[in-house]
Order: sequence, then structure tokens, then C-alpha cells
Amino acid sequence: MTKRGHSAFPPESSPRPRGRPKNQAEKQNVPFWSRRGDRVIGILLMVGALFAIGALAVITAFIFKEGLPILIQNGLGRFLLSSDWYPSEGRFGIFAMIMGSLAVTAGAMLIGVVFSLACAIVLTQFCPPRVVSVLKPSIELLAGIPSVVYGFIGVVILVPLIREHLGGPGLSVLAASIVLGVMVLPTVTSISVDALQAVPKSYREGSIALGATQWQTTWRVTLKAARSGIVAAVILGMGRAIGETMAVIMVAGNPLDAPTSPLDPVRTLTSQIAMEMGYASGEHRQALFASGIILFVIIMILNIIALTVSRRRAGRPGR
Amino acid sequence: MRISPAATQRLAVTVMWSLTVLTVGVLVFIITYILANGLPHVDWEFLTEAPRSMGREGGILPMIVGTAAVTGLAVLIAAPIGLVTAIYLTEYTRESKLTAVIRFGADCLAGIPSIIFGLFGFVFFVITLGMGYSILAGALTIALMVLPTIIRTSEEAIRAVPQAYRDVSYGLGSTRWQMVTRVVLRSALPGIGTGIVLSIGRSISETAAVMLTAGSALRLPRTVFDSSRTLALHFYTLSREGLSMSNAYATAAILILAILVINLLAYWCMRRFIAKVK
Repeated sequence: MTKRGHSAFPPESSPRPRGRPKNQAEKQNVPFWSRRGDRVIGILLMVGALFAIGALAVITAFIFKEGLPILIQNGLGRFLLSSDWYPSEGRFGIFAMIMGSLAVTAGAMLIGVVFSLACAIVLTQFCPPRVVSVLKPSIELLAGIPSVVYGFIGVVILVPLIREHLGGPGLSVLAASIVLGVMVLPTVTSISVDALQAVPKSYREGSIALGATQWQTTWRVTLKAARSGIVAAVILGMGRAIGETMAVIMVAGNPLDAPTSPLDPVRTLTSQIAMEMGYASGEHRQALFASGIILFVIIMILNIIALTVSRRRAGRPGR
Repeated sequence: MRISPAATQRLAVTVMWSLTVLTVGVLVFIITYILANGLPHVDWEFLTEAPRSMGREGGILPMIVGTAAVTGLAVLIAAPIGLVTAIYLTEYTRESKLTAVIRFGADCLAGIPSIIFGLFGFVFFVITLGMGYSILAGALTIALMVLPTIIRTSEEAIRAVPQAYRDVSYGLGSTRWQMVTRVVLRSALPGIGTGIVLSIGRSISETAAVMLTAGSALRLPRTVFDSSRTLALHFYTLSREGLSMSNAYATAAILILAILVINLLAYWCMRRFIAKVK
């Protein structure tokens, strides 16, 4: 092999077709386009590509830098397990908010997963292609609607409905769960659709050939084979729900104590941060950043679980 | 009593379809409700005037300008970085520890909620770098948020370009960079466009992050260092503080129209892309 012996590069002396315009042949000799130039470009591209991971590192560093001091000063245990949030007295406990976030997320997943799975199953199993080409874009459109619009619809439609028919103030865990359930639906659906489509066709055909109905096949074969992808979808949806802010502020009522029933109003970690950041200063602001750390850690754990689950699927095709 | 498989099949299909139809119904309801209540309040004055008395009266021109500035700048920043990342991952390297790290970074960035981006943008751009509440700080924050979308869609678009194109380009004696810029990117362009259009949609809808970085000034912004309220935040403020329901509905209608146009555009890009690489 010569130094530039790459099969893709013809030797310099190779006869060129006569019809080729001359200037194009000349460009080949400009040093910038040489292989060394290519290597330089490769390195430059790599530097650009490291931006994403660099940004992640800087974000992590700054959130921790701002929030960690108060977390250490107050003690992690007290910060997490106490419900006293009195910024003016320097007492910061976010237990009620954590419970609020968990309650709202659990409710959202209950609603969102059922609907998402139904949509994903219909899109991949029961639906003629022409209908898919209408259904799929409309479900994707749901992801494009701004969260403030969801919150607004929740306030003007959903909250009065709950207040009149189920009681309570209307602004509640239930209202937040329903709004969030709709908001996570596009994410969970599209990842589940990918997972269901990745199931080899032969599985389905085999099951149908054995005399199973379409539904038995879907339920016992296809869904089971796509299990890990669907789990990843649900976990990512969970991250979305726990991190959503504006819509939740609008429909949740945001009291300081933890909810005891689905009809109670609730304050989440995210709404806490968004509502108080505007006027907070000093320790109070640090405590909000500390709540941000807790949220960040929860989200990162969920992300990493989802990534490993879906990678395991990629490693064993067809399972 | 056991239900026969045929009955279960019928029942299951009915339930699945009704849940799906209900989902689409929610979408149709939201869009028609907002448009029906908002469009009657939208007129030329509303689009071209500044708000008066905190938005109770007047129009939304400064918010339209602010939203366009934040969105445009954010995409201008994120698109080149995202594209470079995608080109590197697909054309310039093999799968390795490094690409795994880069992908991990992008995937995690995609999962971080907007309020965390807002906190970061506030402490980093607004305070540490001394930009203050400004369009620039908002745009930089949003750029980080949409970066993963652009990386992911560009990567998929580039991967979908048939290998034969690359082989032919090499066969004609081009270098890798020539092959990438003149052959691969040209074919992948509509696919990359889809990602960019989707990012525009995401920046227009974003509220929590811009609230903490771009601020909420009602004046018409003059430079990127001015604070400006975006449409989504203006809508939030109007409805939350009960300033003016009719203006809130009208603002929401403009938002929804923008999102509809953007999604149609993205859909059209995608169709063109699929037609091109097939």
C-alpha cells in the first residue's frame, strides 16, 4: 500500500475521461481537499461534536455550584424529608413538593400509558396505511402544541368540570395528571411505535399461522417482543411528566402542603422553581437551585435507565 | 365463563380504536376551541400595535418580534453545531467510546426539562456572563434545548442517504469532505430541514426557559441585548393574571396558527426527503 493507497482515491496518473471539465480535475490538486485536509476537517468536526457533552457538563456544574452549598448547610436529609418551606426564616424542606411531583407523574403515566399504547397498537397493528398517514402526523402535532396552551385548556375546560362533578377546588392532582397524560402521549406513542415496528414480521406471521387471532398475536407476541422498547418509552415519558412546568402551574393550584387525595391541589418541584425564581434571592434562590438539583438527579436517573433498557434491546435484535 | 377469542378480538379492537379516536378528538378540540375563541379578536391592529396597560389592550407586535428574534437566533446557533455533530457521527468516525459519549450527551440533553435549562441559562448567561435578561441569553438557552433534536434528525437524514451515492462520489475521485458537502448533504437537506423546522416549533412554544432568561419586557426590542417577552410567555401572563381573556385567546390563536404552519412545513420537508432518498 502506498501512503495514499485508499481504494477510493484513483492514482494521480490514472487516465481521466476526456469529457470531464478541466477545472474539476484541477481542484483535486488544491491542498485543502487533500487527505491531510480531510483529516483536519475530521478533527474540527470532532471538536464541534463534543459540544453537546460539554454543554451537559457545564449545565450540571452550574446547577450544582449554585444549589450544593445550601444542600450541605441544611443537610440533605432535612431538605428532602421536611415539609417546612419558609424561605424568610431560612427553613427549606421540599418533601411536599417531591410527593406532589410523584403523585402528578404517577397519575399522568396511568392515563398517558393506556392511551399511548392504544395509539401505538392501532398505528402498527390494526390500521390501514392510508389512515396511518393521517393519524401519525396528528399525534405528532400534539407534541407541538405549547405547554401553556395545554395548561390554559386545562384551566378553562377541565378544572370547572372537576369542580362541578367531583368536588374540591378543581385545581388538583387529577387535573394536572390528565393534562400531563395528554402531553406525554406523543413521546410515549412514537417510541412505542418504533419498538412495535422493530418486531420481526415472522413472529406475527407465525402466531397467526398457528391460529391465534390478531389480538392474541398483538397481546401475547408482539407486545412481549417489544417490551423493552415500550419500557424505555414509558420511562422517557415519566421524565417528561416530572419535568413539565408551565401547564402544571396553571392547573395544579400550588398550595404548600402535600396532597392527600386526587382532588387536592398540589405543588410540584418544577412549579415551585418557576413561581419563586422571579423574586427569590440569596439563600432562597440557592434553595430553588437545590430543588433543581433534586429534579435534575431524578431526570438523569430516569434517562440513564431508559438509555440502558433501549440499548439492551439494540444489542439483541428481535428480542 | 370464558370469552371466546373472537369476541375478545372484537372488544379489543373497539377499545383500542376508541382510545385512539379520543386522542385525536382532544387534538381537534384544542385547536378548534382556541381558534374559534381567538381568531375573532385577531385583526391588523392586534398584530401591529404595542400592548397598552400591561396587555389589557393593544396588540402583540413586540412579542412577535421578540419570539422571532429568540427563535431565529437559537436555530442559527444550534443548527451549525448540530449539523457538525451529525456529520462527524455519521461520516467521519466509526462507532467508538467517543461516539457513545457524544450520543449519551445528546440523549441526556434531550431529556432535561426546560425549567432546568432556564435555571442554567439564568445563572450562566444572565448572571455569570453578564448578559442580563436578554434575547441573546434566551436564544443561547433555547439553542441548547433544541440541539439534540437537530443532531438526531440530521443524523437520521444523513444515514438514510443510500451508500451508493457515497461510492459513486468516491469513484469519481472526490475527497471525503467533497463527498459529504456536495453529495450527502445535498440529498439529506430536506431531512435536515425537518429537524430545523421542528426546532423552530419547539422554541416558539417554549415558556419556562425564556421566562428565566429573556425576561418579560413589554417594549419593542431594539438589539439582542434587550429583554423581550415571547408570545407564549405573554399568553401565560395574560391568562394567569386575568388581564384580558380576549387578548389571551387571540395570542393563543396566533401561537396555534404558527405551530400548525410549522408542522405542515415539517411534514412537507419529510415527504420531499422520503421521495428523494427512495
